[in-house]
Amino acid sequence: MKIDKETYKKYAKSRAPSSPLLKDMLFAFLVGGAICAFAEGIYNFYLYIKIEEDTVRTLVPVTIVFLASLTTGLGVFDNLAKFAGAGTLVPITGFSNAVISPALDDKSEGLVMGVGAKMFTIAGPVIVYGVISSVIYGVLYWLCGVIL
Amino acid sequence: MSLFWDIVKAFLVGGAICAVVQIFIDKTALTPARILVCLVTLGVILGAVGVYKPFIDFAGCGASTPLTGFGATLAEGVRKAVDERGLIGALTGGLTGSAGGITAAIFFGYFFALIFRSKPRD
Repeated sequence: MKIDKETYKKYAKSRAPSSPLLKDMLFAFLVGGAICAFAEGIYNFYLYIKIEEDTVRTLVPVTIVFLASLTTGLGVFDNLAKFAGAGTLVPITGFSNAVISPALDDKSEGLVMGVGAKMFTIAGPVIVYGVISSVIYGVLYWLCGVIL
Repeated sequence: MSLFWDIVKAFLVGGAICAVVQIFIDKTALTPARILVCLVTLGVILGAVGVYKPFIDFAGCGASTPLTGFGATLAEGVRKAVDERGLIGALTGGLTGSAGGITAAIFFGYFFALIFRSKPRD
């Protein structure tokens, strides 16, 4: 069977998966939203059991990080992340998963250079850029205070 | 009833942030590591210019749970420390503000990496 370029193009287009962007966005929205809603729920729960708000502000991300690490260890997290995309990456769950995942994968390289070092393959750059930009901000903020 | 609306707001705002980032994942070649770095840096900038705090006041965990909120925590920690201790605060404030999250990720990550085995991926 002979087909010209145009016909082939049309055929290929008709067979290609219809733009998955909207579907990906929907999953990201639903899963990411659910994680944030869950965080809001436990935030209010901690306040309800009379924990100080300042502590709660730290305790909520700590709880989420705990659950994300646990579910990554159990192998559940990666299954969810596969279709949630940004939904699990963007919340602090993504940072937490980025710490434990390479540690689990390269455990065989030992406790120091395997687990200890690989934890920071992705989390390292995140901390580095976060810290550097915060120091720049701190110096600028200090300068503003001195000059004004 | 206010609890219900707080949770709905967190859901909608947090979900919207994730949906927007999903566009970047699908349409650009940015790796997850780069996306996380961009989010945290963006959070520091937004926290520094003072727009992130009101955003958190509005959306609660919908704004603080995404990694931009982590960046904003760094910025807020630095501002507090500079107010209290002067220039040295620029070095101490960021990690002090975000110590809980980072330490939890390291501690739980290490702990669970020891007890679990990596699962084969298909």
